[in-house]
Amino acid sequence: MLLDVRDLQVEFRTRDGVAKAVNGVTYSVEPGETLAVLGESGSGKSVTAQAIMGILDMPPGRITAGEINFRGRDLLKLREEERRKVRGAEMAMIFQDALSSLNPVLSVGAQLGEMFVVHQGMSRKDARAKAVELMDRVRIPAAKERVGQYPHQFSGGMRQRIMIAMALALEPALIIADEPTTALDVTVQAQVMDLLAELQRELNMGLILITHDLGVVADVADKIAVMYAGRIVESAPVHDIYKAPAHPYTRGLLDSIPRLDQKGHELYAIKGLPPNLTAIPPGCAFNPRCPRAQDVCRTDVPPLARVSEDRESACHFWKETLRDA
Amino acid sequence: MDLAMTEAETLQGSTGPTGAGPEAKARSLWSDAWHQLRRNPVFIVSALLIVFLVLIAIWPQLIASGDPLKCDLGKSEQGSAPGHPFGYDTQGCDVYTRTVYGARASITVGVCATVGAALLGSVLGGLAGFFGGWWDALLSRIADIFFGIPIILGGLVLLSVVTSSTVWPVVGFIVLLGWPQISRIARGSVITAKQNDYVQAARALGASNTRMLLRHVAPNAVAPVIVVATIALGTYIALEATLSFLGVGLRPPTVSWGIDISNAAQSIRNAPHMLLWPAGALSITVLAFIMLGDAVRDALDPKLR
Amino acid sequence: MGRYVIRRLLQMIPVFIGSTFLIFFMVYALGDPVAALFGDKAPDPATAARIRHDLYLDQPLWKQYLHYMGQIFQGDFGTAFNGQKVTELLAAAYPVTLRLTLVAIVIELIVGVTLGVVSGLRRGRAVDSSVLILTLIVISVPTFVTGYVLQFLFGVKWDVIRPTVSPDAPFGELILPGIVLALVSLAYVTRLTRTSIAENVRADYVRTAVAKGLPRRRVITRHLLRNSLIPVITFIGTDIGSLMGGAIVTEKIFNIHGVGYQIYQGILRNNAPTVVGFVTILVIVFLLANLLVDLLYAVLDPRIRYA
Repeated sequence: MLLDVRDLQVEFRTRDGVAKAVNGVTYSVEPGETLAVLGESGSGKSVTAQAIMGILDMPPGRITAGEINFRGRDLLKLREEERRKVRGAEMAMIFQDALSSLNPVLSVGAQLGEMFVVHQGMSRKDARAKAVELMDRVRIPAAKERVGQYPHQFSGGMRQRIMIAMALALEPALIIADEPTTALDVTVQAQVMDLLAELQRELNMGLILITHDLGVVADVADKIAVMYAGRIVESAPVHDIYKAPAHPYTRGLLDSIPRLDQKGHELYAIKGLPPNLTAIPPGCAFNPRCPRAQDVCRTDVPPLARVSEDRESACHFWKETLRDA
Repeated sequence: MDLAMTEAETLQGSTGPTGAGPEAKARSLWSDAWHQLRRNPVFIVSALLIVFLVLIAIWPQLIASGDPLKCDLGKSEQGSAPGHPFGYDTQGCDVYTRTVYGARASITVGVCATVGAALLGSVLGGLAGFFGGWWDALLSRIADIFFGIPIILGGLVLLSVVTSSTVWPVVGFIVLLGWPQISRIARGSVITAKQNDYVQAARALGASNTRMLLRHVAPNAVAPVIVVATIALGTYIALEATLSFLGVGLRPPTVSWGIDISNAAQSIRNAPHMLLWPAGALSITVLAFIMLGDAVRDALDPKLR
Repeated sequence: MGRYVIRRLLQMIPVFIGSTFLIFFMVYALGDPVAALFGDKAPDPATAARIRHDLYLDQPLWKQYLHYMGQIFQGDFGTAFNGQKVTELLAAAYPVTLRLTLVAIVIELIVGVTLGVVSGLRRGRAVDSSVLILTLIVISVPTFVTGYVLQFLFGVKWDVIRPTVSPDAPFGELILPGIVLALVSLAYVTRLTRTSIAENVRADYVRTAVAKGLPRRRVITRHLLRNSLIPVITFIGTDIGSLMGGAIVTEKIFNIHGVGYQIYQGILRNNAPTVVGFVTILVIVFLLANLLVDLLYAVLDPRIRYA
């Protein structure tokens, strides 16, 4: 087991009270495996990732319970200095907006080389050569000439390649990619995603892919975890979910994808809005928006029920949902 | 997820059927700011101080029964005495009375200069930002020229030839050198407001220039001007005192903290109390306006919260 | 980059002409230099007319201005009414004020940036609030008050320093005046740094730097500070000009024979050539400082350099 997150809980203090951003999340990733984490904004998927990386702004964010076991040790029990050495070297993160995530006043070469200087004590000159190598690896043309340029001089796709290169620099065991292609043109999205998948295979890395794009997920993910209001509502191998969702929320997500074969039909949309995290509804958090909701959904929080050997759903009526699919 | 639904929700939550577009935005900005201000202790303290200062500037008799110009040389530089808590200055005038009466000059200069500079600056800068082109270029260069003159030196040169002992030459001078700062702010915020999507939309719908400027751009551009003007008010008061201290600002018989501090500085070894009271009053007045400006800025700029 | 510099230099020309003409106009048109020359005595009309002619004062103002500028660019700043060459006065006074300004800027940079970084990183905590209140107080107390108070405390009461500065103004004696001159700007630098740090600390690229596993120290110095200091450097650059012009108050208090002192004396005695000469140089310094800021800005921020 590469990464094993157990019952993670994260709170934020806001002006309106305590927001429970992550409310008991459990998931795991094996080497070479891709886990796609799916959910609307505010579902807690990015906060979970930041907690794993150890880059939550603290305060206002606070981890109140849980374990993050990574290569056999609980990261939450490490001292900050040990934790820092894990970041970047053993696990790395790719962010959504490469332009704002790269430092505007440092050359890309300096930012890439920094990984080697800090973690391996390499000289600046050697680090620069390594930076060129990395840029070649993510197929940035004319890497040698462009290594001294600044982020704003690259196109969106090239910038995201630089982000990927930076994450891969020290060949980490785990990569967390937070909506890596959302900010890119559609034509570039596929190229970047293919590159990432290819490098992952090559280095046998675990990958957590955070996204709301179900199209991307089907192509690259091995398994899926669907999050809603800080909880995992369904987790399953990717094919099972596409075949038959076992949670009404997953069902809603799948139904709201536009499909060529259903041209002319009105597009389905889940009614209502995601819940306010300072006032999550009692019972199942999804009940106000759920077409299947019964009285029990308004009072009892549904436990994660075992649907099959590698599949779970947090719905009182998962059997019915599965049957109707 | 469901865009139409989201928008409907947002609309219901806002000011109702008439609250469309920029007016709703402006209104909620101001009422939001006011709501925030009322709970800010800095604002309450500075506002109360300013109300008090304005009151004694208008009616100094309220708290000082004496005459600031009635002096008794025999009591020169004496310390506090019954009925004269702050003691006497070199001329034997009552320091308490003079400190109270000094508020009038400072507040008058500060308020008048700020109003003048803000009006002149926001009209010129706003027009420059709105219309752009050669008018903008010309105005920016003129503002640069005034920026190029060190303000205290300009005051020394310009005001040294004035013989009037009223506050108006000083007010005029501060307006003359103060407007470029305001005009830059006004220009910048008008340009920003002009680029807002709803303003572009209004333009596309054929709104006239006047209507655009008054209804859409001005309400959104005025907030930064108010903030800068409030803070400037404090610094103008300090500037007046500095000019008076250098002997080119207000002149006797006008009672001014700057003049009194300048006189007190000569006797600081023997009678520090002469310096303490007018200097304290001046500093607190400046502080009150700067704090007010700070609080207003925090309230109007949600980004800084 | 080269074209950028040239464009900025060209833009400076009208501002230079405008500012100097304005000062020239104020001094020569509003005052009467010849009357001042005679003090309280009424001048003999024939002598006065001769002096006016010698000094070019009988010409229209714009001609006087052109004549004056022509001479300046040949290095001739004219003669003060007491017979001393203005260039000599300039050579004596400017180094003193430059030293004073330098002391002030160094203090501003070291103290202001440090305080700003500390409070910006601890936004909303006790340190931050105290620094903020302190800066407000410092901004509110006018320079001439702090000047006299500090001079009285350090120079007279505790007798730590000489209350006035000797004519050749060595660096050691300029420390207290430098602090007095710097104080208000120092408060602004602190607040500006604080805001800038507090804004940038939430920036995505800082999060990236943390995610890269950089030590906190390196995140702050290499990533956060470098970006946050750009507006601060701009402020300090433009401040050079206003510090030199504003040094007049500090110089009066500590009896420093610098630019402000000479201009003040010049104005009191209506000594037009001195005043205009000093102010002209001051305007040039001010404009050059602004140019320097623009260039520095381009060096610090590649987005501008390659725009």
